Amino acid sequence: MRYLPLDAQDRRAMLEAIGVASVDELFCDVPREAILDGPVDLPGHQGEQEVLRHLRDLAGRNLPTSAAPSFLGAGAYRHFIPASVEYLLSRGEFLTAYTPYQPEISQGTLQALFEFQTQTAMLTGMEVANASLYDGSTAAAEAVLMARRITRRKKIVLSGRLHPHYAQTIATMTRYTGENILAAPASIEGAEDLAGMIDDETACVVVQNPDFFGAVGDLSALAAAAHDQGALLIVVVTEALSLGAIRPPGDMGADIVAGEGQSFGNPLSYGGPYLGLFATRQRYVRQMPGRLVGQTVDADGRRGYVLTLSTREQHIRREKATSNICTNSGLCALAFCIHLTLLGEAGLRRLATLNHEAAITLAAAIDRLAGAEVVTKAFFNEFAVRLSRPAGAVVEALAARGVLAGVPAARLLPGAGQMETILLVAANETQTSEDRAALLAGLEEVLS
Amino acid sequence: MSNLRFSKDHEWIRLDGATGTVGITDYAQNALGDVVFVEPPEAGRELNRGDEAGVIESVKAASEVYAPVGGTVIAGNEALAENPALVNADPLGEGWIFTITLSDPGELDGLMDEAAYQSYVEGLA
Repeated sequence: MRYLPLDAQDRRAMLEAIGVASVDELFCDVPREAILDGPVDLPGHQGEQEVLRHLRDLAGRNLPTSAAPSFLGAGAYRHFIPASVEYLLSRGEFLTAYTPYQPEISQGTLQALFEFQTQTAMLTGMEVANASLYDGSTAAAEAVLMARRITRRKKIVLSGRLHPHYAQTIATMTRYTGENILAAPASIEGAEDLAGMIDDETACVVVQNPDFFGAVGDLSALAAAAHDQGALLIVVVTEALSLGAIRPPGDMGADIVAGEGQSFGNPLSYGGPYLGLFATRQRYVRQMPGRLVGQTVDADGRRGYVLTLSTREQHIRREKATSNICTNSGLCALAFCIHLTLLGEAGLRRLATLNHEAAITLAAAIDRLAGAEVVTKAFFNEFAVRLSRPAGAVVEALAARGVLAGVPAARLLPGAGQMETILLVAANETQTSEDRAALLAGLEEVLS
Repeated sequence: MSNLRFSKDHEWIRLDGATGTVGITDYAQNALGDVVFVEPPEAGRELNRGDEAGVIESVKAASEVYAPVGGTVIAGNEALAENPALVNADPLGEGWIFTITLSDPGELDGLMDEAAYQSYVEGLA
């Protein structure tokens, strides 16, 4: 097929055929004042080198996490990605175009996704995991829809300490399906009474661990309260590395775990592409959204991998499908799988421990500063700090000093009470003692 | 077999007092092929006539089971969880899908008897 632009003669012939004198006449229904008068004001064309130089200049105005001490988190986490991850990612065995419907040419991809599912199930403490979803927030929304299918109820209880983007995605995806969302207010101190919000019409309660403010908690009592009312417990995990150190949701009675898998193998990359983790109990597998790879044997009894339980999916069941977002994040899931495989179980625990230790050291040092108080008491690698000044201004002031100090909570929770002075600070294994010193010196200067 | 009634969606219902037992017909199981999974409705669920009551998956397709009459589900056939092939082997017997307390026995009048269903099925061929 050739793509050739129209010339004036083609255009004239087409206009004649439909009986219009000019292209402008086709837009006669657009109000006069909305039509641009004259050409768009853009610079003229440039050669490749000039364009590259211009883009490099623009990029140079950013302060990327790779070029500054960075304590950013709040749902996206920087971790060291070994070079071997990218090398293995680009191997020919994994070069399968799009969805591996044809197992006979896709064994590499299918086996990797099967391993990914196994890793996700083990990390979350659940029985079955799918081959990934679009990202953590859509995974959470899919979990809500799944709970609705299972319970045939419409009331959804959301923790006020769920990442605001996740709460917004849930609200968006249920806007026209009649769910009744009951969200607890975003508050940082005291315990949330989510159990008190559950009744016999509740489909599910959605809670994040570690929560948006970094706090780690035991969800067993909440799980029991939900199950007493016939509701499901959905646990959201935005920092997958935390599962290398804390009790997995599956051990605390979760029915569905929806998580963000970016922490393993995937760079921050301006917020995407990321990958949604999704795991549940075996008895709910038929209601699970997304692709599922299964292990089987071929005609000669040899081990092989295929997509399985496809009757849940839209290419078989159309409008009755468990989800109409059917694409998994194959490449991101593969990066996750490779990174986690390279770490191994001992390496995962070690990396999680390093993160936790770095957070403890950092939190203690920040807490000693005048005008800063660590609010999160039990955390993994991220915690909230109450400052004596608005957090947004402090972050700007430190960025001017070349330090990415953290994420102001009010940026994600505009209008929520008492969030102005809350700063979310994330520690990780990439930070050096010089990085920490730069943050502490900057905070001391700005807060005094 | 006079207490057997059939729907155009190929469900059968057998009445025993106020209780009906529902399954799919031999014609339906034959059209579906090997059944690999059955999801019967849960006990206590209220169904109107024509509501989707459950799902049957075969190697060929996934299909809905509709309620031939309205009422309250008494139980699903738990044996199908272990052995969904009962639907193929004995569709009008051990392969039943759920039992229901009828809310309006008059709804049975809208269903076909065995002879009418036979000629209905022959007309589909």
